[in-house]
Amino acid sequence: MRALETTTAVPAELLERLYRSTRRIRRVEEAIVRAYPSDKIKSPVHLSIGQEAVAAGVCEALAAGDVVFGSYRGHAMYLAKGGDLGRMIAELYGKADGCARGKGGSMHLVDVARGVMGTSAVVATTIPNAVGYAYAARYRREPRVVVSFLGDGATEEGVFAESLNFAALKRLPLLFVCENNGYAIHTHQSKRQASTDICARVRAHGIVAETVGDGDVLRIHQAASAAVAALRQGSGPRFLECMTSRWVEHVGPGEDFGLGFRTRDEVEPWIRDDQMARLGGMLPAGRRGAIDGEIESEIAAAFAFAEQSPFPGPEELYKHVYR
Amino acid sequence: MSTADAARRTLSYVDAIREATDQEMARDPNVLLFGLDVDDPKAILGTTRGLVEKYGPERVFGTPLSEDAMTGAAVGMALAGLRPIHVHIRMDFVMLAMNQLVNMAAKTYSMFGGQEHVPMVVRSIIGKSWGQGAQHSQGLYPMFMHVPGLKVAAPSTPFDAKGCMAAAVRDDNPVMFVEHRILYYQQGYVPEGEVLVPPGKARVAVRGNDVTLVGISYMQVECMRAQRYLEEKGVSAEVIDPIWLAPLDLDTIEASVRRTGRLVVVDNGWMTCGAGSEIVASLAERMQDAPGWKAKRMGFAHVPCPTTPSLEELFYPNARSIAAAALDLVKGAPQGWLPAERAELKSIEFKGPF
Repeated sequence: MRALETTTAVPAELLERLYRSTRRIRRVEEAIVRAYPSDKIKSPVHLSIGQEAVAAGVCEALAAGDVVFGSYRGHAMYLAKGGDLGRMIAELYGKADGCARGKGGSMHLVDVARGVMGTSAVVATTIPNAVGYAYAARYRREPRVVVSFLGDGATEEGVFAESLNFAALKRLPLLFVCENNGYAIHTHQSKRQASTDICARVRAHGIVAETVGDGDVLRIHQAASAAVAALRQGSGPRFLECMTSRWVEHVGPGEDFGLGFRTRDEVEPWIRDDQMARLGGMLPAGRRGAIDGEIESEIAAAFAFAEQSPFPGPEELYKHVYR
Repeated sequence: MSTADAARRTLSYVDAIREATDQEMARDPNVLLFGLDVDDPKAILGTTRGLVEKYGPERVFGTPLSEDAMTGAAVGMALAGLRPIHVHIRMDFVMLAMNQLVNMAAKTYSMFGGQEHVPMVVRSIIGKSWGQGAQHSQGLYPMFMHVPGLKVAAPSTPFDAKGCMAAAVRDDNPVMFVEHRILYYQQGYVPEGEVLVPPGKARVAVRGNDVTLVGISYMQVECMRAQRYLEEKGVSAEVIDPIWLAPLDLDTIEASVRRTGRLVVVDNGWMTCGAGSEIVASLAERMQDAPGWKAKRMGFAHVPCPTTPSLEELFYPNARSIAAAALDLVKGAPQGWLPAERAELKSIEFKGPF
């Protein structure tokens, strides 16, 4: 297992929060997997199982007034930033009480009150939105930090380079977080990128960039905290690449090892090094049990909330097209 | 206005846009203006002149050549409560921003269940003549009419340019603001104070009884000239400027066509799936109780715009070809008439060189 020096100085309170965050994401995703065969979830789902540590580690470094933008694989980010769970499940069910009133689904989660500014199905699309939000925050002299969560695939889109350039040019209070799970659907990064050193490409824009290569949630939190502190001092944009692993298929509740593009062996080390389990092992058993119980109750209540919420009526179809 | 015509203030289309932008920025500190070259010495053909000096480089700034990201940034600013105006000196370049406009700006309010909305204005200018060619001449506004969530304004007069700009800035939705380079030469009455030309109301520019001419953007000017040519043949044309294409004031057009029984729509773009096609199709549905009315669409030849003057001449409708088509529609058969060009109705062309 990993070196103790990364963990000895961690306050118990932070360990609890990180455990609660990773555990909550994992259990929500597993509940979605269980519910999926019922066909009550009327939405494609891109699950975060295996990648919880990134969103949890980064969002734990943020303040309530900070905002995040993300991608279609956004359940973890939404939950880690404090997005309402009941409204998320209701959204997946296509119900009127969903966070997007049943008009967005899993790929368009939003909770503005908690700083979750939205997620997009089209890869890389929210990156410049985060840039613009950061420009607005600076223009208004707000102490806010903006985080743009993106995948390794998004770094191939032209808008990524455009966004890095403008963010660096204007020294915006923006943290880019690249969740590098190695795959764009079924295609490995090495088949898509001439140079897989994403940070080198970022540094070419004059942006400080670093990689956390082992998925260690505490290192991720530490790196994010340092970046956020620098951003609040006016450092200009920062970039954090977090290597991670998607344990399930690109979209849907199952595995994808049978497709032949990757093997279970590739993912096994990440599963053995499960950060949620690691954090749980660092807590007193009683404390962990209490947290687990709270999470299970919250999830049960969220699914019950989604079940009882009505479908939107026909009068909703033409609402929210124009304001 | 209470003053006599002689006391009325005349402004160019350029200055009308500049004045509306200035007044909206003075009124609301949330209004920002940016785009390639908005702060350079030419100031987007004068439409942004003096604004960076007045409001500073944080509110008025030139951008990197990054239409995609800058459009996305405008969306992000709007999500944060600002009201950005993003300027494209060529509409053709807006194609680089389609993802953000179509997939994000247009959908945010609905896709996020009303939690967020995107008040932003996207200015773009259509070019014409003197060899501007295939990629400096396109009137691509129908693409935006197609998408729910976007509004589209295409004012043709200085008055409407000022009023539409102010209305667009205050609108809580993304607005595509379509300008035409040749319209920049237009002069007209523009009040000094607040002018609002809100979405969804067309203007009957000239009353007439025999045929309805609907001209989009610069083609409104050509329709106004065509109306004068048609007088030579004793044909009374009604001329309508839709001003806003989304939402589109079909009621005004329908009421006119119910009187005249004949409709010529002239697009400043290609006809296939164009604004004219939308108007004719909508009226066909609305006027099934009014048999016998006739419609004709006009627009660009269905080819990329050529640069050579001999072919470019054939590419665009003009006042004389519009008048000829309208007369044929009124008479119910080809008349073989093309009016002799009159000096006072000659098209103003951009002469170059750049």
